[in-house]
Amino acid sequence: MSKPLHDPISNAADDAGTIETKNTTCYMCACRCGITVTLRDGEIRYIEGNPDHPLNKGVICAKGASGIMKQYSPGRLTQPLMRKKGSDRGAGKFEVVSWDKAFSLLETRLADIRHTDPKKFALFTGRDQMQALTGLFAKQFGTPNYSAHGGFCSVNMAAGMIYTFGGSFWEFGGPDLERSKLFVMIGTAEDHHSNPMKIALSKFKRQGGKFIAINPVRSGYAAIADEWIPIKPGTDGALFLALINEIIKQGLYDRDFLVKYSNAAELVNMDEDSSENGMFVRFEVPKEEGCFDAQNKLWWDRHLNKPISMHTPGTDPYLLGEFTLDDGTVVKPAFQLLVDRVQEYTAEWAADTTGIPVETIRRLAYEMGITARDEKIELPIAWTDTWGNEHDRITGNPVSFHAMRGLAAHSNGFQSIRGLSILMSILGTIDRPGGFRHKAPFPRPIPPCAKPPTGPECVQPDTPLDGMPLGWPADPDDLFVDDEGEPVRIDKAFSWEHPLAVHGLMHNVITNAWRGDPYKIDTLMIFMANMAWNSSMNTSEVRKMLNDKDDNGEYKIPFIVVCDAFESEMVSYGDLILPDTTYLERHDVMSMLDRPISEFDGPVDSVRIPVVPPTGECKPFQEVLIELGSRLKLPAFVNDDGSRKFRDYPDFIVNYETAPGSGIGFLAGWRGKGGEKFMKGEPNPKQWEMYENNNCVFHYELPKSYQYMRNWNQGYLEWAKRHSLTRYAEPINIHIYSEVLQKFRLAAQGKSFGKQPPDRHRDRIDEHFDPLPFYSEPLETLSTDLRKYPLNAITQRPMAMYHSWDSQNAWLRQIHTHNYLHVNPVTARAANIEDGAWMWVESMHGKVRCMCRYSEAVEPGTVWTWNAIGKASGTWGLSDKANESKKGFLLNHLISEELPANKDGDVLSNSDPVTGQAGWYDVRVSIRPAEAGEPEVTYPQFDKPAKLPKQATRFKATRWLKYFAGGKKS
Amino acid sequence: MKQLALVIDLNVCVGCHACVTSCKEWNTSGTAGFMSDFNPYGEDPTGTFFNRVQTFEVGEFPNTQTVHFPKSCLHCEEPPCVPVCPTGASYKREEDGIVLVDYDKCIGCKYCTWACPYGARELDENLKVMKKCTLCVDRIYDESLPEDRRKPACVLACPTNARLFGDVNDSESVVSNSIRENGGYQLMPEWGTKPANHYLPRRKTSITIHADELTRIDNPLKKEQLPLPDDDEQTLDDIMSW
Repeated sequence: MSKPLHDPISNAADDAGTIETKNTTCYMCACRCGITVTLRDGEIRYIEGNPDHPLNKGVICAKGASGIMKQYSPGRLTQPLMRKKGSDRGAGKFEVVSWDKAFSLLETRLADIRHTDPKKFALFTGRDQMQALTGLFAKQFGTPNYSAHGGFCSVNMAAGMIYTFGGSFWEFGGPDLERSKLFVMIGTAEDHHSNPMKIALSKFKRQGGKFIAINPVRSGYAAIADEWIPIKPGTDGALFLALINEIIKQGLYDRDFLVKYSNAAELVNMDEDSSENGMFVRFEVPKEEGCFDAQNKLWWDRHLNKPISMHTPGTDPYLLGEFTLDDGTVVKPAFQLLVDRVQEYTAEWAADTTGIPVETIRRLAYEMGITARDEKIELPIAWTDTWGNEHDRITGNPVSFHAMRGLAAHSNGFQSIRGLSILMSILGTIDRPGGFRHKAPFPRPIPPCAKPPTGPECVQPDTPLDGMPLGWPADPDDLFVDDEGEPVRIDKAFSWEHPLAVHGLMHNVITNAWRGDPYKIDTLMIFMANMAWNSSMNTSEVRKMLNDKDDNGEYKIPFIVVCDAFESEMVSYGDLILPDTTYLERHDVMSMLDRPISEFDGPVDSVRIPVVPPTGECKPFQEVLIELGSRLKLPAFVNDDGSRKFRDYPDFIVNYETAPGSGIGFLAGWRGKGGEKFMKGEPNPKQWEMYENNNCVFHYELPKSYQYMRNWNQGYLEWAKRHSLTRYAEPINIHIYSEVLQKFRLAAQGKSFGKQPPDRHRDRIDEHFDPLPFYSEPLETLSTDLRKYPLNAITQRPMAMYHSWDSQNAWLRQIHTHNYLHVNPVTARAANIEDGAWMWVESMHGKVRCMCRYSEAVEPGTVWTWNAIGKASGTWGLSDKANESKKGFLLNHLISEELPANKDGDVLSNSDPVTGQAGWYDVRVSIRPAEAGEPEVTYPQFDKPAKLPKQATRFKATRWLKYFAGGKKS
Repeated sequence: MKQLALVIDLNVCVGCHACVTSCKEWNTSGTAGFMSDFNPYGEDPTGTFFNRVQTFEVGEFPNTQTVHFPKSCLHCEEPPCVPVCPTGASYKREEDGIVLVDYDKCIGCKYCTWACPYGARELDENLKVMKKCTLCVDRIYDESLPEDRRKPACVLACPTNARLFGDVNDSESVVSNSIRENGGYQLMPEWGTKPANHYLPRRKTSITIHADELTRIDNPLKKEQLPLPDDDEQTLDDIMSW
């Protein structure tokens, strides 16, 4: 008997089937919202936001609500695979192997590398949120060649801000929109980050705040801005410098804040002949131990008219002026140097550079300055600063900012972001209500204490790496270089090419390894990073490099291991493929040792627990690392007798401590034998259970008096030290003037005694390690013929695909099936390109054929597209005719990972010279119509890889998908 | 008479599509499901959605507005889709005003699609029956769910809380209040369909700067006046003797 198709008034509870619900943490993007998964008969009925989760408070986004289609996608990998002997990389010819075979093969190969030269093993990972574990594995293995994707994502944002005020946007801090009155979003449109930003933005607007979006494109968040200010890409730094100029000129800066909480009043040695030139003058010069700013600098007191030690009670220093010390040394307060610097950056100058009208720039400066000054917030919260002064209230200046890759992904991004950080600081908005607020474990010292290794001797056979694979150089002596000053890492991070490459340079790994510069490697392990497609610059060439052989017929990169949950474009280039699970099939932690999900009010971390069993032979990458660590007898993973220490990943999470008895582990909540402690405490065997019973999240709310002014809040800093978040309870003064950068500059000028750059790098370091922000055009622009390639080309991620790599997702791909190049109609018509027509976009590196979409929401000098919607044919479980490959395209083919050779013939990474941040958005292009009769398909196209051996996926690529979870089946 | 409806606040909708897929995931396994997808992994995939977001631009650069416009069945008080239905499959519930389709009676003739001026109906090409938003009728009365979760999936999902749900005929409800206070409007009222769903327009906040705010007595630059010269520096007072 056939069932009724539809009974609209039936009740969900009447549906047949066994209903279960489980809480876990989403991973459809990197925001990590709490989710509740309802299963019917073991199949996913629906996924909703967990109302009791502090991050998303019950909401969910387009991706999160499409997790079902990720779980059951035909694009999943479900068995370990080995490339068939004799087949080319990229051809995709694989045979199924057992995990036993995969592990023993890896064990043999990696043990041999570790025993001979550990740096020949390179582990690079994508947007994995697992860096505490992957970093530990790399360090224990002894290889320095490790990083995650930060170098090609947004390291400039992290570094520019952390080197200025000890914190950064997103995971580590953000705009306090709850109390802000004016919010400026710049270089962010649709992503970074997702639900928390949406929740806050909506509340902010409804409370009557003004929202300004500064962006070449008006989409996503910018759509609901009260004011959209289009700007030319890569000129954000020019805008910030002009705003700083105007704000200071009008006296709209927060003088009191700058005096007390920044180095603005500290006196800088102006003697050009001195080895101390550009350094702060110290009143005592014992060796400064520890990674914090010693409080031993001088101010010039206004009342006594003489130098005095900083923070002497009752003193009020000059911020402007030039003074002479008794020994004849001429000094200036750091703030004076900032004023000197911004003198040339007038609103008129910036108008020309940014394309923003001069009156708009001035009005912006006034709106920021006047709102900060006149809309002051006072909270009746008493607190004590680190100098022992008691305050009976917390004050705040309600102007806030958010920025991300639009600023970061330029080769001038670090200094632009220094400019933004200084703008935020002179407005007096750091860790105060209505402004920027930190999230634990930040603020940290400037820079934080973790340091990279310092030389080749730190890499030894059968020995863990001496130093952290990634760290925060404070001084040229912290660089990871050999005696000649040349790089030790394969990506050249922490070398003179990119000294503050705090997230590594993943975008140069394949090119460097292929070229053997600085050396050849043996095994490259890639986790969850699509280096044969959207995660590489210069995609077409990188694909050739991956498959390139030397004269002996050996691959230039001898062995490539790819671990992924899906059949990405990278899979066919692997020699060994390890099938990862989805987020719904595994344990995982959002660790305080990595990038936790803390709130402004205190530390938060969280976990994932499996809600469905692994599909096929899928194994979580975490388990792969624990297994390999045990087999290779890496010290952290084995007992003294060499026996395996951890049963599995959950066991590792509970019992691993950063040092024996340290009490610090991956999870901060419910530590101590019975779960009575947090942050620090003995392992608790029931820790997972306790997380599971508490929405999979641990949230410690700090006392109110510890929630603000944390850089200088004695109570907070002592709490942080007691709970092992920070080594020192010392004030973290804002670096308006960066002495750290000046130290590198002094080395470049040959004025310092420590490590020296090779001569060929001296000019570059001297120019870019300016202790004050400056504007220079992006490096690629400087080497491009702008008459030939006049337009900027940028990309962004759509909200429905943000971070999610979800073209394999049947629902999400219907929202974005292919992409267009968005062009202002004025620009397009000038090039004779019709709306919807096929066109060519060309840079000095390559060309792409795509479809044009007219848009009035992009400034005429810029063209843009959605990133990573275009896919290579025959990947991601899509059919050969899928729109993603036939109409979709990647802009990456136009973007080079390297700059043209400089005057000395050196080829350097197309990155920020300070941090190594990939300059994705620096490319310049021209556009023209496609000729009549050209194929109506995007260019370039690639040979599709062979079909993988049959995978154990739920759906096949059939004509109809009729998803219905459990219960009645028609 | 009770009339449940959605009020969609275009002032905060960022076009994220959370409502689109949360609708699909709830309903595909609900009483309105399944919601089929044609060519889900192939060329020109197309599936049944009860709710879609259209994005369009208004105005010329640089005075451009980008509008994200979520659209689903508006649950009209005078639904033109109901009287045209030859089998009585399309009907409006008396108790709450929700417009529904009884698939068992639907013959897929598409008359209702032609009658609906809003393009809110979609033929499920697999089942050949007409489908559309049910306001999650199988969820909002489900007593097995906690009370605060008995709302349409799209409303619960929306990260910007741009979707309000309630009785537009109850003048004290949150939805009625928001329509009244924020200039809520109906789509194409001239058609006489009396759509129950309403939209709230964009509202702008601006800052006014007064000239005197730039010339304040407490300007911090005044503190930077340099110190008086030393007493031993020569002055006119030292050298003028008459």
